[in-house]
Formats: sequence, C-alpha cells, structure tokens
Amino acid sequence: MTVTQEDARQAEAKERPTYFVKAMQEGLAAAMREDDRVVIIGEDVDRSVIGATRGLSKEFGEMRVRNTPISEQAFVGAAVGAAAAGLRPVVDMMIGAFFYVSMDQLANQAAKLRYMSGGQVSLPITYFTATGPSGGGAAQHSENLHPMLMNVAGLKIVMPSTPYDAKGLMLSAIRDPNPVVYLQDHVLGGTRGHVPAESYTIPLGLADIKKKGTDVTVVAIGATVPKALKVAARLEAEGTSVEVIDPRTLAPLDMDTILASVARTGRLVVVDNARLTASAASEIVASVVQAGFDTLKSAPERVAWADVPVPFSAPLEKRVIVQEDDILAAIKRTLA
Amino acid sequence: MRGGLLLVPGAHISPASVPAWSCPIRRKRNAMTTAIEDRPLVERQTDMLRQMIRIRRFEEKLAWLFKRGQLPGFVHLYLGEEAVAVGVCAALRSDDRITSTHRGHGHLIAKGATLDKMMAELFGRIDGYCRGKGGSMHIVSFELGIMGTNGIVGGGIPIGTGAAWGDKQLGRDSVTVVFFGDGASNQGVFFESMNLAAVWKLPVIFVCENNGYSEWSPTETVTAGKIADRGTPMGIPGIQVDGNDVEAVRAATETAVARARAGDGPSLIEARTYRWHGHNEGEEAFAGNYRSQEEQDEWRAREPIARFAEQLIAGGVIDQATWDAIDAEETRAVEDSVAFAENSPFPDPEEALLHLFAAAENGDDK
Repeated sequence: MTVTQEDARQAEAKERPTYFVKAMQEGLAAAMREDDRVVIIGEDVDRSVIGATRGLSKEFGEMRVRNTPISEQAFVGAAVGAAAAGLRPVVDMMIGAFFYVSMDQLANQAAKLRYMSGGQVSLPITYFTATGPSGGGAAQHSENLHPMLMNVAGLKIVMPSTPYDAKGLMLSAIRDPNPVVYLQDHVLGGTRGHVPAESYTIPLGLADIKKKGTDVTVVAIGATVPKALKVAARLEAEGTSVEVIDPRTLAPLDMDTILASVARTGRLVVVDNARLTASAASEIVASVVQAGFDTLKSAPERVAWADVPVPFSAPLEKRVIVQEDDILAAIKRTLA
Repeated sequence: MRGGLLLVPGAHISPASVPAWSCPIRRKRNAMTTAIEDRPLVERQTDMLRQMIRIRRFEEKLAWLFKRGQLPGFVHLYLGEEAVAVGVCAALRSDDRITSTHRGHGHLIAKGATLDKMMAELFGRIDGYCRGKGGSMHIVSFELGIMGTNGIVGGGIPIGTGAAWGDKQLGRDSVTVVFFGDGASNQGVFFESMNLAAVWKLPVIFVCENNGYSEWSPTETVTAGKIADRGTPMGIPGIQVDGNDVEAVRAATETAVARARAGDGPSLIEARTYRWHGHNEGEEAFAGNYRSQEEQDEWRAREPIARFAEQLIAGGVIDQATWDAIDAEETRAVEDSVAFAENSPFPDPEEALLHLFAAAENGDDK
C-alpha cells in the first residue's frame, strides 16, 4: 500500500464527522435492513447504556431489538441455538468483562459446535460489547478479553479504532457466517471521525496502515491506536518516521501486513490495551521474531498494562494502563 | 452388568442365540390375548419397543467393547433409562429438535440416528456423524434435529432454548426438547433458561432425567426439593412421571408439546428413572461401591423394556415371537454397526485443521 486506506478515503469522501458509537449503530442498522434474520438481544438493548442500539427498536420493532434478562449464560447460549436454527443473532454484552459470566457458552459451545460437528453447521453470531478501561470503571468493568479469546479457536475477534472501521467491521461481522466477538474500546465510543452515509464493509483479517513511516513499525490495538498516532506525530517533528499499523481484527490476524512493514523499518513496537502476559502484543512479537528475525535491527518491544487488575483511583489506573510516554520510550529503545 | 440381572422364577429366555455381550431381558411367560386391529397403535407401540431394545443392545455392546479396551474416550451409558428417550421422541415430529447430554446415545437413537454412523463416530472414524471430530459427547446431526450431545453438564440447556427461540422467530411451529439430568438441574443456566423461555413463551420442553445420581452423589444429597417444581415460581407447569413407563413419558411429552406448539410456552417434565451402570464406564477404578445391591436389584426389577413388552403381549399388540424377532434384529444391527465402524477408515490427520470456520461466500472452508 502506498497511501493508507484512511488517507484515500479522507481525500475522496466528503467529511461526515460521526461518533464511534453512532457508526456502530449505522453498521447494525444496515445489517438489519438487508436481512430480517438479524436480531439484536441483550440487557436493555432498547435503551442501550453504551448507545449502539439506542433507538433501533423504533425502526425494527421489539421482536428484533429484544431485551433479555440479566442472564449472560442463557442468552449467549441461546444465540448458538438460534443461529443453528437460522437466525443471525447479534448479542450486546454491554461490558466486556461480562463475557466471563458466559464463558462456557462462548468458549465451549459457540466456538466449538461447528468444529465438533465436522462442519455441519454455520453459526452467524456477533457478540459485541464496550470493553477496556473507561476512566474509573475499576477492575470488573475495565477488562479486555481479546488475548484470552484469541486462544479460543473458533472465534473471530474484531477491535476497531476509528468510527470508519467501526461501521464497516460491524457489517462484516454480522455478515460473517461464524461467531465474531466485536470489541469497542470504551474510551473510543465518544470519538468522532469521517463515516460515509452509505453502507460498506471492511474485510475481517485485514490490517490498516494508519500512518506511513520508515524508521519503526508500531502495531497498536484498539484505544492505543490514537495514542500511538500522537506519539508518531511528536516523533515526526524530531525527524523519526513512525509507521502505525492497526490490525483491526485480532483473529484472524493479518501478519502479512505487519511482517512487510517490519521488513521495511527493521524495528517493531507492539502496543496492546490489555495486560502484558500472554497479550496480543506477545503473540505478534513472537510471530515477527519467528518469521522475520532477519529483518529486525533491534529487539522488539511490547507495551501493555501492568499485570494487575485495573484499579479505580485515577492515578492508579493511569499507572497500570498504557500511556503515550510508555510508547515513546519503547520506540526510542528500538532506535537506540 | 450381568451380576445385577434379576431372573424371575419361571421366566423363560429366548432360545435365539444370544451374543456374549447382551443380557437376556427379563420376561414372564405371556400368552397373547386376541390380536388387536388398531394398526397405527400397533405400529407406534411396536416401534417404541424396537427403539428401546435398539438402545439397550447398542449400549450393552459399548460396555462390552469398553471393557476390552476397544472403545476410546469417555463413555456414559443410558442402560435402564431407555423409556425416557423413546417416550419423549415418540411425541416429536422429525422437524422438532433435541439437545442432549453426556449420556446421550439413547436420545439420538430415539430421534432417528443410525447405529452405523453413531458407532463409527464412537470409533473416531470418517463415516461417523461428525467425521470423528466429536465422539460420544459431541454427536450432532442437524438434519435430524439433533443439536448435539454435550460434554458440559447443563451446556445444552440454553442452546435448546435458543433453538426454540429461533424457530419461533422464523415462524415455524417446531418445538425443542432439552434433555438434561438431575445434576444439570443444579446449574444456574437451567434456571436462567427456564426464565428466558417463560418470559418469551418459547416452544421448549425441559426434560429432566432424574436417574438418582449426580455423577457419584445420590441426587437427594445435592438437590433440594422436587425438580419438577423448579419451574413453578416462573409459571412453568411441571410434572413428575415414571421414567420407566414409556407410555407415561410419551403422554406427558404430548401434553407439553401441544402446549408449546400452541404458543403457550415451556413445560418441565421430571422423569424418574435409574442409571444401571456407573457415571462412566471404567469408574470401578476409582468410584468404589456407592450404591447398594438391593437398590440396583429393585430398579432392575422395574426394567422398562420387559414391562412394556409384557403389556403389549397382554394387550394383544404383539406376540412373543415378534418380541424375540425384534430383539434378534436389533442385536444383529448392533453387530453390523461395529463391522461398519471397523471398516470405516480413520480421518486423514489433516482433517483436524478443517471445519473451524465457515467461508463467507463460496464453499471453501478453513
């Protein structure tokens, strides 16, 4: 890619600033308009705490935007049976950490049923949720489960960082004939960016180069993408050219784009919005070391959370999660 | 197994040659009264008897194979509980669905699964229902409405509830039976799913097979109250039936199915029965002696197959020769299924990497 997809879109499209959560909603509505079998369920989805489903029941009715009891195991599992029966359920989990409550149905049933049956059935289910630290969400509302879910074979995992990607990936997730976990980093929900009015898709498994650069590759995930872009802008002024890649989907993971970038820059920093141990950053660094060792000019760096739960108090939360200075320091280490 | 066999004085044993792995089914000498003319009734009841015998012989064969180290994996047998699966499935249409459990072979056979494809799956062969990927606890046949046996106690309960939701939302009038055990009745997801089914009025029938043991714990030591009553606070009608009486099970299921098809929501059936074998085959290695011989003898005396067959003979539905012929045919079918499985190749090892995801547009699979 010579110009980034985002650059090309910005150049040709008329600006239509849209909130991230609203972009998700446009993706949901597009999917519901094109297919009656798409049905949203979840806790208070008509009101929608986070906002992605708010108001959709007006257009699509209560039978397609349906409130459930607070019973994560039951409705995560019900989506499996309903998908096998022919619906295309979209499940709003509200908060990412609530996946823990439903883990048997997600990891043992939804992810495995097609495989265990020898491919007899497709399970077109989208589980979406707001996730990650939100500023004072504290330990049980700040989790990011993507590293854990990457290790559950059978789930696709989407984690957009821009409103544009949020809309296109939502439609792709719902159209996909497999269980997809769609993670909306909490703090991105109120960000704005250009989103075309018409419906469009972004393929699952395709990374996006958010900024071109030549000296170091920074792979950033979810809410760390805007942080990495800010750091890249600061370093640009100092004469260091940083390439920022957003994988956008973590399963399947677009290692080709990452390896090609590292082959050009020779340096790698991976920034994850999750605890360091066994993070997506760990997986990406390991894959680059294995497949692209000869292209590396310095040791790759991982930047992720401290290995503790996310604490409540603001200075404590700040200490644990990734800050711009952490990214900056890691980049400088690779250049030293 | 054979040690628990209870022969009634004066009972006769079929002269037909009986293979070493099968136990004669306890029977009295019964003279048939005048043959009845109700052909649909005769066909239905004869078929129910046949299915119970088929399950019995299949499971006995598995026990025999397991003891000889010829059956891989974990196996949980349905011996003694045959009347539940057969009675329930006799009330279902072919487009109705079931979810099953770790003790699921009987449910599948009663819902129409073929012995050949089941045995091949249990042997891990390519001609099994899941091409050898699933095994005993993950047998699935969507075309038969079998949403899967399940290795997690209670794991199928919300899936069946969701299937009922899907069918209802798509305008179909099929119903889903969720089979589960007394052990699963203590899983939170059972209560969650009953509640969801009740508030959404879903066409689902929760069938609890209370076989007296949650793994190795007597049910009453880990279960409060009556399981059939557990839906009562949610307005779900519950009934306890004799799970060794196939017609009682069928009748209770027909009532529940009618309610579900009419759009009136879920029902709960607790079928009281008894697990003749252990929680899993091979448990002798660790489980010890946890139930009395008296208890086992008492339940074997309430043998569901002989009881039904004797009723049919007394009622003029079949004669003794028919019973013997069915038994011989099903015994042979089980032997044939083993031969089928043994002759089926193992899957190519590379098959392990297939079937994870469905392809979006074309037929490719990765």
